[in-house]
Amino acid sequence: MDTAQNRLVIALSGDIDHHKASRLRQEIDATVEAKRPEILELDFHNVTFMDSSGIGLIMGRYRLVTGWNGRLYVTHVPPQIQKLMQLAGLGTLPIFEAPGKEGM
Amino acid sequence: MKPINECRMRFPSLSANEAYARSVVSAFAVQCDPTVNELNDLRTAVSEAVTNCIVHAYRDTIGEIQLHMRLFEGGRVVVRIRDRGCGIEDIAKAREPLFTTGGEERSGLGFSVMESFTDKLRVTSRPGSGTTVTLEKHIHGRSEAGETV
Repeated sequence: MDTAQNRLVIALSGDIDHHKASRLRQEIDATVEAKRPEILELDFHNVTFMDSSGIGLIMGRYRLVTGWNGRLYVTHVPPQIQKLMQLAGLGTLPIFEAPGKEGM
Repeated sequence: MKPINECRMRFPSLSANEAYARSVVSAFAVQCDPTVNELNDLRTAVSEAVTNCIVHAYRDTIGEIQLHMRLFEGGRVVVRIRDRGCGIEDIAKAREPLFTTGGEERSGLGFSVMESFTDKLRVTSRPGSGTTVTLEKHIHGRSEAGETV
């Protein structure tokens, strides 16, 4: 994790499924609620698998951060997981950074 | 029609077995020489079905999940996930995108994912008895996709 300009980057890794999601949520929220960053970035570079439990995780973090007018970004998403996120309708949310920057 | 290969597994509805079920299905599908995408589609769909058993079917208890995998001629993989849990009252409603009986952190997308990532999805259930989800995925394989070994 690294913080700069009130941007908190959390690098996720491994499989994100129902089994992992609960503990992940607790770990993320412990840090996020303490720091209340303007920008929370979830970096998916090292994520090896995700199912819809991960969608729930992202949506919950989105609600959390927008609760204090913060922004959530989801970056370095592997292609298969992009497919899932598109199916889930996450493409309609402003969580993918503009083309030319990191992200989708 | 007889399968050219099959495998049956039974395991308890522990969430640690979600990853295990994905590995098992991946291992079974390898004989079809799937592309990365085909394999990921199949294991994601199975992950959703198994998760439903754990989160919903056996919500406050631990029960048995049966996984039955069959391979038919032409790369057709059929995976059946069966539980003896609480069952689904209204299957059509359950299959609606975003509908969930699971609370705030559940996305309600399990069946949508299963439907999108496989070629055929069948759900049968009897409340109080259990649910059976049958997924079919046609694996065309890497050589057909033009991928080199």
